[in-house]
Amino acid sequence: MRKIITPQERMAIKRVVMPQLAAEVRTRNFEEVNCGLSSNQAFTEANRCLQCKNRPCVPGCPVGVSIPEFICALASDDVPRSAQILQQDNPLASVCGRVCPQETQCERLCARGKKGESVAIGYLERYVADWAMCHQEKLLPDQASGTTGKSVVVVGSGPAGLTAAGGLVRLGHTVTIFEALHDTGGVLRYGIPEFRLPKKIIDHEVALLVSLGVTIECNVIIGKTLTIAELRNQFDAIFIANGAGLPVMLKIPGENLKGVYAANEFLTRVNLMEAGRSNNSSTPIIKRREVAVIGGGNTAIDCVRTARRLGAEHAMIVYRRSEAEIPARTEEIRHAMEEGVEFVMLTAPIEILATKDGWVSALRCRKMELGSPDDSGRRRPQAVNGSDFEQPAGIVINAIGTGANPLLTATAPDITLNDQGNIRVNSNGETSISGVFAGGDIVRGGATVILAMGDGKRAAVTIDEYLGQHPHT
Amino acid sequence: MFKIISNDNISENLHKMVVLAPRIARSRKPGQFVIVRLTEGEERIPLTISDADPEAGTITLFVQAAGASTRNIVSTEAGGSIRDVAGPLGNPSRIIFWGRVICVGGGVGTAVLLPLARALREAGNDVTTIIGARSSRHIILSDELKRISNALIVTTEDGSLGTKGFVTTPLANLLADPEHVPQAVFAVGPVPMMKAIAEMTRIKAIETIASLNPIMIDGTGMCGGCRVMIGEEIRFACVDGPEFNAHLVDFDGLSDRMSSYRAEETLNFKAAECKIGLTTKPCVKS
Repeated sequence: MRKIITPQERMAIKRVVMPQLAAEVRTRNFEEVNCGLSSNQAFTEANRCLQCKNRPCVPGCPVGVSIPEFICALASDDVPRSAQILQQDNPLASVCGRVCPQETQCERLCARGKKGESVAIGYLERYVADWAMCHQEKLLPDQASGTTGKSVVVVGSGPAGLTAAGGLVRLGHTVTIFEALHDTGGVLRYGIPEFRLPKKIIDHEVALLVSLGVTIECNVIIGKTLTIAELRNQFDAIFIANGAGLPVMLKIPGENLKGVYAANEFLTRVNLMEAGRSNNSSTPIIKRREVAVIGGGNTAIDCVRTARRLGAEHAMIVYRRSEAEIPARTEEIRHAMEEGVEFVMLTAPIEILATKDGWVSALRCRKMELGSPDDSGRRRPQAVNGSDFEQPAGIVINAIGTGANPLLTATAPDITLNDQGNIRVNSNGETSISGVFAGGDIVRGGATVILAMGDGKRAAVTIDEYLGQHPHT
Repeated sequence: MFKIISNDNISENLHKMVVLAPRIARSRKPGQFVIVRLTEGEERIPLTISDADPEAGTITLFVQAAGASTRNIVSTEAGGSIRDVAGPLGNPSRIIFWGRVICVGGGVGTAVLLPLARALREAGNDVTTIIGARSSRHIILSDELKRISNALIVTTEDGSLGTKGFVTTPLANLLADPEHVPQAVFAVGPVPMMKAIAEMTRIKAIETIASLNPIMIDGTGMCGGCRVMIGEEIRFACVDGPEFNAHLVDFDGLSDRMSSYRAEETLNFKAAECKIGLTTKPCVKS
């Protein structure tokens, strides 16, 4: 047992700094940037938590993790109990500890953040989840409860699908996941790069679900290989979490030149197909010295940092608003800056220029200034007249977002969609067809991993309730 | 894993493969394709489903060894397996009664044409099929197409079989003949062939449909790699196609985008041939 500390000592502890790979090393490989806290660092950081009675941080978490409780157990040096609390609330804690935007969620509401720096809740979550991954034997066996005789099919093995499957199997239902791609994890695998979320973390989480009895079948495209109508005949309930769809195009001249990628193509080639990062991959990827990524979200930052690792000497983010509006996680932006990524702010692309052979040669840009707030509450960018300039670039990556995925809904006309083409659900997450639930990006449009997980977690509960009310159909 | 039931080399670099994929065999319709990945590390390759036997649970694919990954696929013998087969993807062909139709297939595109021509014939159309290739050795499926078509015309560039020249010559003759002029033309093959056909039918305002096979990764509308200009619109071949109104397709843009990885492909292809002993020439993959 470590010594008990006084309130003064507690307030005097500085927020932990995450150990990380040196920028000049990590820009040459795809290894994880954040190395994780040591046990001493985690223990000390846990002791910064004031254990506020009103738990201000918890409402900030889309899956409602018992944050003060898991930190309290950690501060008492009882990591197994901490892990148990965390895993009960969040089946993908090792993922969330790495990719959640904590600074706009739990940590934003942390009492210590009011005068100084918030507790590093995300780092602690990762520490405990990683510990649990390596110390399964010290945890109570995670077993699926007795079978209810009810079967649920989950469409998609991304964050929403995995979370729902974990919840449902633990409630005693038989769960089958159908995944369209050849490997599991959805956006966790094809979208988020290895240096931010190692594939072995996803492998571990998936293996855990399989050990609980979840069946996962890849290469099954719901809406094509099988339809929702067919699934309705075979399963008692359905959870649709097939993710985001088509890339939103830039709608500027030159968008179809060679060397222009949509973010998902670029990331899928590298992350899922291992282009450029494994000698065994036969999937090609175009490499150039100058790469311009358009957009300011996490996907844009993932692209630009990936481009840097593929050898781009000049990798840049082109974003039409300013630093204050950029939606990416603060840590990713800091890491990108350390890695030499240039941020070209208040700049909008207006045309992609070509070499005589039809390859990208430059991005014609226009400077912007911020006007009055728009519908999103952010100040609207306005063009500055006469400010056009050419930014040389050999690759342009469009990371401005994705639209609805039409694949499943096209063959399920009974499912009501919203104006954007995403699935409309009620407050229980149920679609217009009874027993068919949906969550994640197919409902929200492009959102975050944690919001998708929140949907999956709620779906497990509401589907369980539904199955309780609906004897075998 | 998807078992390979048979694998026959039917012409130079072209294999007919029958693969066990019961769900796909049940749900596929003419015009749709699958994405195939032989093993870990291999590319995802879109391949049109040429035929299916729902009872046997099999699909038929024609695979042309044009790159490293396709070379490795055709080198896998019957009894072996393909790790991933996902589909059926894309929209089914729109099969209606047009009256008289002409189906034109070039090279391996002929394999894509087969299910289309068959479905058109079954819908009551008068089907004239024109197929073309470099030489007689590259002509495929002529027996099958002859059986399902009202008339079959074969062309070869070297004149070793049928009419010497390109598919466009007999097509031009038919278009010029009031007794043979069709209500619709279907074109599947190399981009320059489809472009030439589109130009020929445009002036006569004959509806023409081309089946496109651009660069594709996931095939489910996620990556945007298969985008192509259809008129003023960007469309995705995987979810909006693969068949489009040929008069609206930007064939030059399509052709240009398809050349994006030519340098890498040539290198990988040579390396793959080396690995399986098809060439003894030293080759180094840089």
